Amino acid sequence: MDLFEYQARDLFAKHDVPVLAGEVIDTPEAARAATERLGGKSVVKAQVKVGGRGKAGGVKLAATPDEAVARATDILGMDIKGHTVHKVMIAETAPEILEEYYVSFLLDRANRTFLSIASVEGGMEIEEVAATRPEAVAKTPIDANEGVTPEKAREIVEAANFPAEVADKVANVLVTLWKTFIAEDALLVEVNPLAKVASGDVIALDGKVSLDENAEFRQPEHEALQDKESANPLEAAAKAKNLNYVKLDGEVGIIGNGAGLVMSTLDVVAYAGENHGGVKPANFLDIGGGASAAVMANGLEIILGDPDVKSVFVNVFGGITACDEVANGIVQALQLLADKGEEVTKPLVVRLDGNNAELGRKILSDANHPLVQRVDTMDGAADKAAELAAAK
Amino acid sequence: MAIFLNKDSKVIVQGMTGATGMKHTKLMLADGTNIVGGVNPRKAGTSVDFDGTEIPVFGSVAEAMEKTGANVSVLFVPPAFAKAAVVEAIDAEIPLAVVITEGIAVHDSAAFYAYAVSQGNKTRIIGPNCPGLITPGQSNAGIIPGDITKPGRIGLVSKSGTLTYQMMYELRDIGFSSAVGIGGDPVIGTTHIDALAAFEADPDTDLIVMIGEIGGDAEERAAAYIAEHVTKPVVGYVAGFTAPEGKTMGHAGAIVSGSSGTAAAKKEALEAAGVKVGKTPTETAKLAREILAG
Repeated sequence: MDLFEYQARDLFAKHDVPVLAGEVIDTPEAARAATERLGGKSVVKAQVKVGGRGKAGGVKLAATPDEAVARATDILGMDIKGHTVHKVMIAETAPEILEEYYVSFLLDRANRTFLSIASVEGGMEIEEVAATRPEAVAKTPIDANEGVTPEKAREIVEAANFPAEVADKVANVLVTLWKTFIAEDALLVEVNPLAKVASGDVIALDGKVSLDENAEFRQPEHEALQDKESANPLEAAAKAKNLNYVKLDGEVGIIGNGAGLVMSTLDVVAYAGENHGGVKPANFLDIGGGASAAVMANGLEIILGDPDVKSVFVNVFGGITACDEVANGIVQALQLLADKGEEVTKPLVVRLDGNNAELGRKILSDANHPLVQRVDTMDGAADKAAELAAAK
Repeated sequence: MAIFLNKDSKVIVQGMTGATGMKHTKLMLADGTNIVGGVNPRKAGTSVDFDGTEIPVFGSVAEAMEKTGANVSVLFVPPAFAKAAVVEAIDAEIPLAVVITEGIAVHDSAAFYAYAVSQGNKTRIIGPNCPGLITPGQSNAGIIPGDITKPGRIGLVSKSGTLTYQMMYELRDIGFSSAVGIGGDPVIGTTHIDALAAFEADPDTDLIVMIGEIGGDAEERAAAYIAEHVTKPVVGYVAGFTAPEGKTMGHAGAIVSGSSGTAAAKKEALEAAGVKVGKTPTETAKLAREILAG
């Protein structure tokens, strides 16, 4: 889960990473009081989870509380690279910046370890620095069980050639940033820029944090950080039912079991769509291993509730999941929707293989629902689903 | 022969007495797996009856190994306790730990992987968030259905569970030496490369099928390894061509960020290494058949 800048700032502050004061607001008028609390001037910063907001006009200085209201009015509702601005942060104006650095901790998948990235050339995209001046970027592996001790922090500071006068302060930032990384179960903590200001202090002026959703069991406070406002309503409904669902922009609704098989199903449908007017998958939905009839019914209800969906492809390989359960789920879901008075008009193509496939196929045949048809190969079923979506 | 697991493997189950552990222990026994014990400190000294087979419960992995000679552990321990369970297996120096558990926090898997390395890599970890591995006709350590296929000469390594099953089903008439599900998490113990190396060395494997998916660069590194070290034919499949950037598709590791980790890049890297890559699982199976038919 990627966080907004203000949420990252709050987590940094909680773990003693030096940051400037700031608060988040969602109405222009609130900018006035917030700016007054900061002594009459502020920076108004759009809160969007995408880079390049400065260039897009999403960060503005306000010299007075009135000006802060005017800037907040401009920025709230703005579209930045497809992201609507729902919130702005009213931040303390930075003291005179002398230098801009970069520091982060993240997971290094290739080496299955954590990694520190540090550079004295901050303020721009680190990927750009790494591409043009790789020698300016210091990468230091961090042992997950040893962590960032003051000694390790010194090692990073030296590797990245931080100037002697800020070495201790940057090392301190690294230790507190690592504390944030560990305590919050983060996958990424990034400070860019880490600014050296006129007083000689170093301050985290902007940051990114990404949290591990698998750690929610021991991070009860993270739930409140979810961005419910921007979530797609279908994704929100699916999440409420514990379904692993992602909305996409095509026409063929997809339900399958297992992340890999569902990803593969999306691809197979997209290929089939090339022969049927370019129809594409409308979503990713993994009902998981050992899915019951109820889970299948929940999933089908979400998919059929998507106005973009014109046909549905249910692709299940029964490993742990039993195909008769899946078939029962389909029959029950259609019955449930009929009972609610919701007319189902979208055709379903079902492919069942593996555990209890024969039983499942028989249940579908016996139910003989006019909208459901069985195709017993994955590629054939994808083709049929694409054809039906294109015909609508 | 096969890889990592054979008829002589003595298997214990950490988390056997939980609902998932019970269900799959029963299935593994039905597939002929030599299960010699379970581990649960609170139920040590008791035993569990699986359709007439009494499986003793031990207080620790070390005790189970000492009393039974176990050399494989399969873990069905819930995410919150998985790290401690894997660390226990590493401390006992069991040669193979198969971590089935889904939803382990990355900080925990990074920690137990780093611990395994610091202890001299005496324990091979497979997973987490994987279906385990099967050597058909000999032993099954995990949750791969044992009745999809039979013993044969294809080796399979895959990030995805259901795609493993799908591919075994597509090639069920030919059969498999071993099939290994390495898991779709960002940090996994055994990689594509480890399995490729083992299959290359296995006299019972004639052809290797490798299934990858978006995220990370494991497939690209596997491609480089194949070009350099693998003489057996390799057929590949990569899932996730249509996955959008920045969205997690079920597997925590399956997320594309920026230009790296895309399915197209992986396919290209594999093909450059001489691997035939299928567009769909069915087409991939067809490529494997063509190669085996000569």
